[in-house]
Amino acid sequence: MFHWLEKHPFFFSVAVFLVISFAGLVEILPNFAQQSRPTIGTAPYSTLELAGRHVYIKNSCNACHSQLVRPFKSETDRYGHYSLSGEYAYDRPFLWGSKRTGPDLMRVGNYRTTDWHENHMKDPASVVPGSIMPAYRWMYINNTDINTAFAEQLTIAQFFSVPYNKPVPMKDGSSIIVKMGGSVAEANALALEEAKVIVADMKDQDVKDAVARGEIPEIVAIIAYMNSLK
Amino acid sequence: MENHPLEYDYTVAKMFMLTTIILGIVGMLIGVILAFQLAYPGLNLMLGEGLAEYTNFSRLRPLHTDAVVFGFTLSGIFATWYYIGQRVLKVSMAESKLLMFLGKLHFWLYLVVIVAAVVSLFMGITSSKEYAEFEWPIDILVVVVWVIFGAGMFGLIGIRREKSLYISVWYYIATFLGIAMLYLFNNMAIPTMFGVSDIGESGVGVWYHSVSMYAGTNDALVQWWYGHNAVAFGFTVPIVAMIYYFLPKESGQAIYSYKLSLLSFWALMFLYLWAGGHHLLYSTVPDWLQTMGSIFSVILILPSWGSAINMLLTMKGEWQQVAASPLIKFMVLSSTFYMFSTLEGPIQAIKSVNAIAHFTDWIVGHVHDGTLGWVGFMIMAALYHMAPRLFKREIYSKSLMTAQFWIQTVGVVLYFTSMWIAGITQGMMWRAHDEFGNLAYSFIDTVTVLHPYYVIRSVGGLLYLIGFFMFAYNIYKTMSARKVEESELQNATPMGA
Repeated sequence: MFHWLEKHPFFFSVAVFLVISFAGLVEILPNFAQQSRPTIGTAPYSTLELAGRHVYIKNSCNACHSQLVRPFKSETDRYGHYSLSGEYAYDRPFLWGSKRTGPDLMRVGNYRTTDWHENHMKDPASVVPGSIMPAYRWMYINNTDINTAFAEQLTIAQFFSVPYNKPVPMKDGSSIIVKMGGSVAEANALALEEAKVIVADMKDQDVKDAVARGEIPEIVAIIAYMNSLK
Repeated sequence: MENHPLEYDYTVAKMFMLTTIILGIVGMLIGVILAFQLAYPGLNLMLGEGLAEYTNFSRLRPLHTDAVVFGFTLSGIFATWYYIGQRVLKVSMAESKLLMFLGKLHFWLYLVVIVAAVVSLFMGITSSKEYAEFEWPIDILVVVVWVIFGAGMFGLIGIRREKSLYISVWYYIATFLGIAMLYLFNNMAIPTMFGVSDIGESGVGVWYHSVSMYAGTNDALVQWWYGHNAVAFGFTVPIVAMIYYFLPKESGQAIYSYKLSLLSFWALMFLYLWAGGHHLLYSTVPDWLQTMGSIFSVILILPSWGSAINMLLTMKGEWQQVAASPLIKFMVLSSTFYMFSTLEGPIQAIKSVNAIAHFTDWIVGHVHDGTLGWVGFMIMAALYHMAPRLFKREIYSKSLMTAQFWIQTVGVVLYFTSMWIAGITQGMMWRAHDEFGNLAYSFIDTVTVLHPYYVIRSVGGLLYLIGFFMFAYNIYKTMSARKVEESELQNATPMGA
């Protein structure tokens, strides 16, 4: 049979394709039948948080920081409860990372503050002596792309039924509503409202001034995102 | 028809040879910069505060991986295909205007992709998925390039004179099919410009942004099915194709066992795809998938070692060639690193080992003994073998090649040994508890302890880069070295002092 295949490239290619696609069919398809279902307490990202997630991705934070707490005592001691599948239901793309040059950030919102991030991103070694993380000072200058975050919200609400403007159940039995703007102007206004809450805890005068002017520097968005990681 | 040997047309092979070398330098140079940045963080500002955004570790990191994967390695695969393909199929590209056109189109479009990729990654336009960072417009271009590559390949196969496909061709076909399948599925995304707001606005935000079709755990599963097998069909399958052609050719020895090559090929095709789950051990993907990933990784030793042993046994009775020829040295060591790396991988895929190794530098070390030792050495050996045949001139300097071999070998050894120690040290420190059951180390303790290993790794990487410059220089000088006759080009490559 193999001698015959070697003389018939078409059938050879078909045979190779069947053999290599087998594993994917068995391993991946069944998992897709079970759609990712959010755990109780997992809410979609707000406009500013999503924009902050884009800043995180733009700067490849995931190259050095994981977002996956493995079920070991040493990890739950350090980072908090181990990760559950449903907690990632709104993560497109997933940001688990593959290398921890820096610590895991899955639940960083539980133990770091806006103030801490502000100092840290400006000069990491001033907060964590010995840190090898570079400073991200351009984030204090560059403005956040809110429109793209809004476009993504529209897309995921439309194509993946992500529940914006709908009640999302919380662990204590209550529910919250994550708002999404009805227009670009509204989305920007919503993001600015969120940004004002963040800057209230910041001390960089240029950033405060920018937000007062109606601009949102990237640092504000990424802090909003990191504070949402719980 | 006149009775003279077939003249092959290497125009396209030469073009891709050039990009292999240039992108190799770019990718490895960025790699060395990254390594030094980890040892000396001040280098994140090497071009000053104003350009910090573009010289920063995290912005450069995807550029390094993509430059060596999609630049150096892929160019090497294409260069060798446009060389080996004609020779084993006994047909020249000059015989078909269409194939020649496709070959050149393939090259120029590939260059467009590379430029677009470099610019977009510097700007921070990325999907975040490893080795699949490009946004959808580039993805579409990649698919076009790939289809042209495939059309050229099957076109050449279609007009072949030698009816039986040589082993290398099996592997090239598998490379084409495998990457096509993986790349398409992993990059499925919806451009966000399709989102429509309540008042009818669409095309909001940047036009090139997209959102993954898969969420969370499913996304991770698809990404590592891709990520792992991109290694399979980019770093393993086509490199095996190269060694199956170049080692027998250079040494004048027949392949040791046809049956072993048959077994290795089909087993590799079947087994490799299952093993992606080993990147997701102890994550939130279903347990049975993780176990499958572990088990198949271990079984994968069989076909990997099958090919590697087949290569080493091909040298049976001819081991003096290893001492005599630096080119054979490269290939034999490459094959040995393949064995080494394909044993190390399965060990790391065992769950209890992975608990320590995952997220640490040991993984980085593993990747690099495979890529520097196996992929890099084999592609350079292939180019060294091809150069005299492309230019009808002998290799400029044998002693330079020998020196390069040893410098790079030392570089690789420094690289992986330091990363082993760094990885295992860090993995053990993360999990250490003191006598009261509290964590023994804060995270930063586990970072500062790595400094000496990061320095050693940087030096190892630098040595490899220096060797690569020697390689580039040697190939460059070959273009004006002593001319050789056709008869000198039968097996062992002619080399100057």
